[in-house]
Amino acid sequence: MQLNEIWFLIVGFLFIGYFVLDGFDFGVGMALPFLGKDDTDRRVLINAIGPVWDLNETWVIVAGASLFAAFPEWYASLFSGFYLPLLLILAALIMRGVAFEYRGKGHTIGADEKKWKSRFDLMIVVGSALPALLWGVAFANIVQGVPLNKEHVYTGTLFTLLNPYGLLGGLVTLTLFFTHGLIFITLKTDGDIKDRARALATKVGVITTVLAAVFLVWTLIAHFSVLGFILTALAALSLIAALLANHLKREGISFSLLVVTIITAVGSLFAALFPNVFPSSTNPAFSLTIDNASSSEYTLTVMTWVAVVMIPLVLIYQGWTYWVFRKRVSRKSIPAGSH
Amino acid sequence: MHSAIPAVLTELSALDLSRWQFGLTTVYHFLFVPLTIGMVVLVAILQTVWVRTNDEKFLKLTKLFGKIFLINFAMGVVTGIVQEFQFGMNWSDYSRFVGDVFGAPLAMEGLLAFFFEATFIGLWIFGWDRLPKKVHLATIWMTVLGVWLSAYFILAANAFMQNPVGYQINEVKNRAELVDIGAVLTNIVAMNQFPHTVTASFMFAGAVIVAVGAYHLKRKQFVEPMRTATRFGLWTVLLGGIGTVITGDGLGLAMVQTQPMKMAAAEALYNTASGADASFSIFTLGTPDGVSELFSVRIPYLLSFLSTHTLNGTVEGLNNLQAQYVQLYGPGNYMPVLWITYWAFRWMIGLGMLSALVAVTGLLITRKWKYNLPNWVWNVAIWAVPLPLLGISVGWMFTEMGRQPWIVFKLMKTANAVSPGINGVDVLISLIVFTLIYGVLAVVEFKLLVAAAQKGVEEQAVSEDSDKMAVAY
Repeated sequence: MQLNEIWFLIVGFLFIGYFVLDGFDFGVGMALPFLGKDDTDRRVLINAIGPVWDLNETWVIVAGASLFAAFPEWYASLFSGFYLPLLLILAALIMRGVAFEYRGKGHTIGADEKKWKSRFDLMIVVGSALPALLWGVAFANIVQGVPLNKEHVYTGTLFTLLNPYGLLGGLVTLTLFFTHGLIFITLKTDGDIKDRARALATKVGVITTVLAAVFLVWTLIAHFSVLGFILTALAALSLIAALLANHLKREGISFSLLVVTIITAVGSLFAALFPNVFPSSTNPAFSLTIDNASSSEYTLTVMTWVAVVMIPLVLIYQGWTYWVFRKRVSRKSIPAGSH
Repeated sequence: MHSAIPAVLTELSALDLSRWQFGLTTVYHFLFVPLTIGMVVLVAILQTVWVRTNDEKFLKLTKLFGKIFLINFAMGVVTGIVQEFQFGMNWSDYSRFVGDVFGAPLAMEGLLAFFFEATFIGLWIFGWDRLPKKVHLATIWMTVLGVWLSAYFILAANAFMQNPVGYQINEVKNRAELVDIGAVLTNIVAMNQFPHTVTASFMFAGAVIVAVGAYHLKRKQFVEPMRTATRFGLWTVLLGGIGTVITGDGLGLAMVQTQPMKMAAAEALYNTASGADASFSIFTLGTPDGVSELFSVRIPYLLSFLSTHTLNGTVEGLNNLQAQYVQLYGPGNYMPVLWITYWAFRWMIGLGMLSALVAVTGLLITRKWKYNLPNWVWNVAIWAVPLPLLGISVGWMFTEMGRQPWIVFKLMKTANAVSPGINGVDVLISLIVFTLIYGVLAVVEFKLLVAAAQKGVEEQAVSEDSDKMAVAY
């Protein structure tokens, strides 16, 4: 296997890791208005992801930096081409991150606590839903191909990206992450809120299944490969099984199956892309591939050593963090009179 | 594609706006970084003393300054994402040209440092009741390691822009390619910039602790822990200040060696000078670009000494370097904006010196634990807090603007680095979005920090029930 193939896998792995982890954060954020009946409920929801959302979000930074190091042409063309969607994602992530940290601190500066919190809660909801939607739009467009000229410069506008396939991709990630978040809530909380999350997960999950089925079959028809077929089939099966497990109140199994769904669904997109990394719809000859977009052999060698040593370590210490904070959160665990 | 947009908007320069945006987002990001780099160590020290001595005073201080650290850390993280994305968004030709080299330290930062600090800071914040005391203490030291490693890799990436090393130009692919990662990571600029950044960060973190202590001592509240905090902070500022001078001297030598134009621009030295003529002006009245001088206070030999560590050393002047560069790189203006570099260099030094002076005075007047001081003395200590931060900000402006017109010194000009596909309207939109968000957040963040500082230390209830979250959002 060549180094640039290995790095295609590593970049894929990092983005999949990001979607698996921050995906449920997005879902929990979106669930606030649906499940958070009062402030205590909302705090239960936020505390469920409190210790981990920050480290989940770092995955996108590492994925972006790895893209920069391993495929600079891809990073340059993609990030400058998708300028406005990425701006929206950045703005959303900033607002969401700050809102988590600051929503409980309004009383310290004498602000009207109710107003203060509702404002930051809105930022959490929008800041979660917008990236969940836009990452799907972006990845669907990457797979579909975008107008790139000979210099690999994007020549479309924002509206070029809002095509049926792109928008469908966005709705899939939006609903999939929402379901993922709801099932995470059933896994991490206790009491009434857990039951409500389970019921809502079934409803959202059915919509997700329909949207994902259309999207993945569309992708498979446009870019058929045996691996793509296997991954798509696995994604569909595990999604349906996850919803069944949720219905049977087996939240641990349901959550694990949903992780498999995200891995295989995003994996099928990367399979559809390979060996391109950023196909041009203007002229296939202008496409960026793992060959013409990658870094030099030396850079890839150095970075492979770093990745091979560090990624297992990262998985170990992040896994330990999840173990430390494994306890369920419930209304009882929110101290009375806390902010 | 933007036919409906008036001509005046389409003529907006994506280059100029992108430069403004980079300046805005970078200076803003670096308002939060020094407090992170410095304070994390000070908090770790306070917690270590608590674990060792079991003196509750230190636990209270750990929690108070930990809270201040965290309010600030959140902003550093979210504004940091913008930093990484905008190389691709606004500077895609730069990314294409140097990504093979520049991307490596950035990706290493992510894999080696950033994951690490984000994980361990989460464990530290939420782990007070979940982890054994010593394991919990270890998590803050792990965070220190992550933060510092992170700073090193980012400064190594920046150092490549100041002094490109460890690369080779691939003519076919028209890009710089990495040939020696060791050279990139041991860049003389990075080796000197890192300690300079860290020591200056200590000055700011120390000044914050002093300000909090002074605020409460002025009101005669929490006297016992705040006396300790004030002395601890003052010593940190002073030692940080001494360190900043020593490391700044090293960085200056590295700068003369690698970017002589920047040193010439720092002094607005037009003609090559040596010995007594290579004087350093501490104050100049005259036209801001230094073209003609009305009055100045000059220290002979000092510039020569700063640049070469000898009294008779020769410092190259702007005109000579300009002529050299025209010969080497073709016609063009190779001088940075002189009034900015000249004054930024002086303000950086002046603000740092002033801060250290406040610290020395503070240490003298509070020795033998004398704390019955007039209010104005405490006010000076409180209002001295922005001095190191402003010094750091103008220092970075000097470093980055002194590199112009190059984005990578001698290798690529800033004007050739901007994304070819983006237009002025898009960049204007993003500039407005960032300005608005950053402006609002600055107000909120500042108010929260001040509120946390003014509240002071809190009684620490010993939580027996590990079911309850000690820190709930």
